Amino acid sequence: MLSPEVLTVLIAMLGGAIRVSTPYLFVALGETLTEKSGRINLGLEGNLVLGAMMAYAVSFHTGQPWLGVLAACGAGLFLGLLHGVICSLPRVNDIAVGIALMSFGTGAAFFFGKPYIQPQAPRLEGLALGEWSSNPALKQALLINPLFFLGIAIAVLLWWALANTRPGLILRMTGDSEASARAMGVNPVRVRILATVAGGGLAGIGGAFLSLSYPGSWNEGLSSGQGLMAVALVIFARWNPLRCVWAALLFGAAGAIGPALQSVGISQGYYFFNAAPYILTLFIMIASARAGLAAQSAPGELSIVK
Amino acid sequence: MSSARLTRRSLLKTSAAGLGAAMLPFGLPRAALAQEALTIGVVYVGPKDDFGWNQAHAVSMDILKGVPGVTVVEEENVPETGACAKSMESMINLDGATLILGTSFGYFDPFMVDLANKYPDIQFRHAAPLWSADKHPMNLGGYFCYLNQAHFVDGVAAALSSTTGKIGFVAAKPIPTVLSNINSVLLGARSVRPDATVQVIFTGDWSLPVREAEAANALVDAGCDVLTCHVDGPKVVIETAEARGVKCCGHNASQAALAPNGFITGAEYKWETIYTMYADMLAKGEALPNVVVGGYHNDMVRNTAYGAGATPEAIAAADAAIADLKAGKPIYAGPLKDNAGNVVIDKIYDNYDPFLDGMGYLLEGVIGSTT
Repeated sequence: MLSPEVLTVLIAMLGGAIRVSTPYLFVALGETLTEKSGRINLGLEGNLVLGAMMAYAVSFHTGQPWLGVLAACGAGLFLGLLHGVICSLPRVNDIAVGIALMSFGTGAAFFFGKPYIQPQAPRLEGLALGEWSSNPALKQALLINPLFFLGIAIAVLLWWALANTRPGLILRMTGDSEASARAMGVNPVRVRILATVAGGGLAGIGGAFLSLSYPGSWNEGLSSGQGLMAVALVIFARWNPLRCVWAALLFGAAGAIGPALQSVGISQGYYFFNAAPYILTLFIMIASARAGLAAQSAPGELSIVK
Repeated sequence: MSSARLTRRSLLKTSAAGLGAAMLPFGLPRAALAQEALTIGVVYVGPKDDFGWNQAHAVSMDILKGVPGVTVVEEENVPETGACAKSMESMINLDGATLILGTSFGYFDPFMVDLANKYPDIQFRHAAPLWSADKHPMNLGGYFCYLNQAHFVDGVAAALSSTTGKIGFVAAKPIPTVLSNINSVLLGARSVRPDATVQVIFTGDWSLPVREAEAANALVDAGCDVLTCHVDGPKVVIETAEARGVKCCGHNASQAALAPNGFITGAEYKWETIYTMYADMLAKGEALPNVVVGGYHNDMVRNTAYGAGATPEAIAAADAAIADLKAGKPIYAGPLKDNAGNVVIDKIYDNYDPFLDGMGYLLEGVIGSTT
């Protein structure tokens, strides 16, 4: 039998994995979709933050959190469209545009978000899946937001569609070899714009989770770079939507280690434990890069691979 | 504000001639300036409306803006790095500010100390009790409300509103002012309930909403049934406590509206007392004192009105504690040990004793570590 302290930390990591992972998951899936088409959108942090602000504002004004999720998705789609269209112009660098749109997205969110820092907006209700347990910590860990399941469903769908459907094949082909796509009569520009728009929309939904579920409040420090980390997770997940789920869960669980260890009395070195997710990512990146696996699975048309 | 921005822009574009014009006030005596036009530069570490520390300052800053002839230029979201020195320096050189108010702890050393040495004609005031006459330049100073007195009252009310006697504290960084707030909650709690404990989780920075929520959940999971915090924006901690069905005490500003069921009371700054005093002195052309500190005895802190979470015994005991603090009853009545067993407070210290400003320990009864 596990000691209570170990159990507490494990439950906290489980809860953390579920609570913290969702925004990472949505951004990582969005980025996977975009990069599969041969483009990099580094600006998803901007989609995440603008999505969070829009979701909170719409939920506050309408009282309907799910309308907020739609609005967040819309904001993400819009930023994705901007990125997709601008990058389709000749001699435009997608990485530079991504960074510019990241600043634009966060800046717009901070500008329009000022009046929403103080008010309380209705939040998305979680599904209480832990009612069978008498352990309140476990009950809390299993109070799961529907967006988490939506994210997993999208991941499975993407994974299946990329491998088994005609649109999936066209997307992968555009990302791996533009020449082949053209030979097949596919318009690569259109595919890439669509992929960037869809990816941007997913990242926006991730933002809605931040402001409407966990931590469930809008302020300017809300994301603290989660959108950027999620872009890194895509490389770590080697452009596979299912691996994105594991990467996001692992990252969320690692993030819960710092507070959980302090709560059971292991309080020395909390700066180190708080850095756990980043250290972990770094090590896994080094390990996967050494095997050359990341380079193998990268879409051939990505500007950093070419 | 807009005209100040315009000045900055246009000056950046023009050459040294423009800069020289902006620096004209340098040669004039301070007192004469205060009568005519005075520009005050204010730098915040976060957004001005964060429901917490920065908002508490920014709201009170309106008092200074109301003084005839005083212009206030503000910059928010300035990190505690070389960036704050750059912001302050551009306020001095481009906006003509002659009084700089730095409102975040980490601005002081080395940034404001260096600037005060570099610009001996400019007055600098920093919102923490860090200035000392023998170490720092005379055009620098500090002002501070001893919020730990209000946290002591929080501790009293929390312990008597709690079932388990375990109070959870989400803290940003282990600096003396934060540690003093944690220790004061403990001493307040133990003054009415000797078996009470305070469990602290440090997040590592002033505004990390996701980690603050994780910390709050971890504390509730560890058995705490009252949460309080010292982070810039307490909204997330208070909302998480309310969502988990535990009680809470606020920090910085009133968060009563965020927790209709569990709110007990909260510790609030009254910066307006200091800024009103500054405004009066500036209007008269007087020099500002180097150090202004205070607490309950001179109306510089307060507790938020009691919420639904406060039990009748808690309210009575907290009111009594406030009356004691107003009369100057010391919080740190030694000898007291830290949570490693060393005697750290050897005797009874007055609530404003500089000895307490260097606090680097958590007292016995606090579960947690500063490193």
